[in-house]
Amino acid sequence: MILALDIFTVLFVSAGAFFFLAGTVGLLRFPDPLTRLHALTKADNLGLGLVVLGLLPRAEGPLGALKLVAIWLLAQLAGATVTQLIARIARQGPPPA
Amino acid sequence: MTVALAFDAGLAVLVLAAAGWTIAARETFAAVVGFVAYGLLVAIVWVRLAAVDVALTEAAVGAGVTGVLLIGAAAQLRGTEAAAERPGAALRVAAVVLCAAISAGLAAVVAMPSDPAPTLAPEAVANLPATGLGNAVTGVLMAYRAIDTLLESVVLVLALLGVWSLAPDRLWGGRPGPGIQPHPDGVLAFLARLLAPVGIVVGIHLFWVGADDPGGKFQAGTILAAMWMLVMMAGLADAPPISRRWLRLAVIAGPATFLAIGIAGFWMADGFLAYPAALAKPLILVIEAAMTLSVAATLALLVAGPPDRRPLP
Amino acid sequence: MADVLVAAAGFMLAMVAVGLVRILRGPTDADRIMAAQLLGTGGVAALLLLAAATKMPAVVDVALVLALFAAFASVAFAQGASGSDAGDPEATDGA
Repeated sequence: MILALDIFTVLFVSAGAFFFLAGTVGLLRFPDPLTRLHALTKADNLGLGLVVLGLLPRAEGPLGALKLVAIWLLAQLAGATVTQLIARIARQGPPPA
Repeated sequence: MTVALAFDAGLAVLVLAAAGWTIAARETFAAVVGFVAYGLLVAIVWVRLAAVDVALTEAAVGAGVTGVLLIGAAAQLRGTEAAAERPGAALRVAAVVLCAAISAGLAAVVAMPSDPAPTLAPEAVANLPATGLGNAVTGVLMAYRAIDTLLESVVLVLALLGVWSLAPDRLWGGRPGPGIQPHPDGVLAFLARLLAPVGIVVGIHLFWVGADDPGGKFQAGTILAAMWMLVMMAGLADAPPISRRWLRLAVIAGPATFLAIGIAGFWMADGFLAYPAALAKPLILVIEAAMTLSVAATLALLVAGPPDRRPLP
Repeated sequence: MADVLVAAAGFMLAMVAVGLVRILRGPTDADRIMAAQLLGTGGVAALLLLAAATKMPAVVDVALVLALFAAFASVAFAQGASGSDAGDPEATDGA
């Protein structure tokens, strides 16, 4: 049982790490601030979700697991809204000096 | 080389690189972003050093609130940046020499300690049950060195007075800030409406948990201040005029409660800031609650700055 | 098992490092604001893995505060880079 949970953790944390790698590669290779923003937000948030999923068996009871999921939801909310603000700045350029 | 050592070495290199980039950055805005990134990385360093209370404060104050303060300053200085004088070569060489000497001194003290290293940690932990607390850091802040914490809370109020005194006489009592136009259907208002309640819950959680686990009044107060600043930035609430009585009461509530309980120690226990044995933890919690409110109000007002708009007659 | 988790945390940190190098070099202000968001996800992942590896549940609180303040700092940067008009992405006045 413990072995099965450990394998579950390693599997999902590795999947999360893969998506972080994908996000970073996108950050390096995409030509435009908007596309880079897309790679950063989508891939990294998905990676974080997979990492949280993998760490759920090792959490401190149901409240600890709930806290982990809440952190991921907070990162989702922040990512979704802040991306809109950054994209607006990327489109309209810096304010006049 | 163990995995943990490799991780720590990589983290140290990353922190140094971030610090170096922040110093070398050309524009103020870029330097502030680098500084906030550096602050968030240093929070991870504190976690690796097992100082979780300090990590919480670093993430909240060092990265969050200080970042907002510096961004506000950078935005106000944007017009005059190109015309500012650069310091001469002699001054820069002197600064490098001084910083290198201080760093070398600190490294020598840390890397070659006397044997055994002087520490009061065992005594601090051993005497903790008398205070009823489980977190040694809170015990040091609120019981063993309560006088330091009291003086620091008064210093915060004095700093706020200093910032307010920068306003011209005719604007005294007005509202700080330029008054942001709210976009009620916009993204920022949406974020403020959702994030602020979450932040308030997290802040109260950190205050409550600080008695037995890492946390406490200062981190909780900083989170509450940040949520109030977020609401003001989104335009959902305007900055209050600094002449409002409830505002001033909120600012002094913490130090006043602390002082009152400290003076009551003359009658209830041995002396100033001594707690009676049975009431230690409830009294500490009362002080912490009042201090959380004061820290939240004071930090948010410090960042908002001196009044900018004429008070209404 | 703890070693695997610390190694994963180290990998996340390496991704954050590479991302920071690219972001902080980015020519526009919009690029640089992304640094706060990068740390808000990558740094949080590293901290959660460290919390599980060292069995210190208090570190999860640090990750929570980090995520909160990364969002807050991003909003502050967006305001600083664009004046006080960052609220409505559909507004066309003055854009």
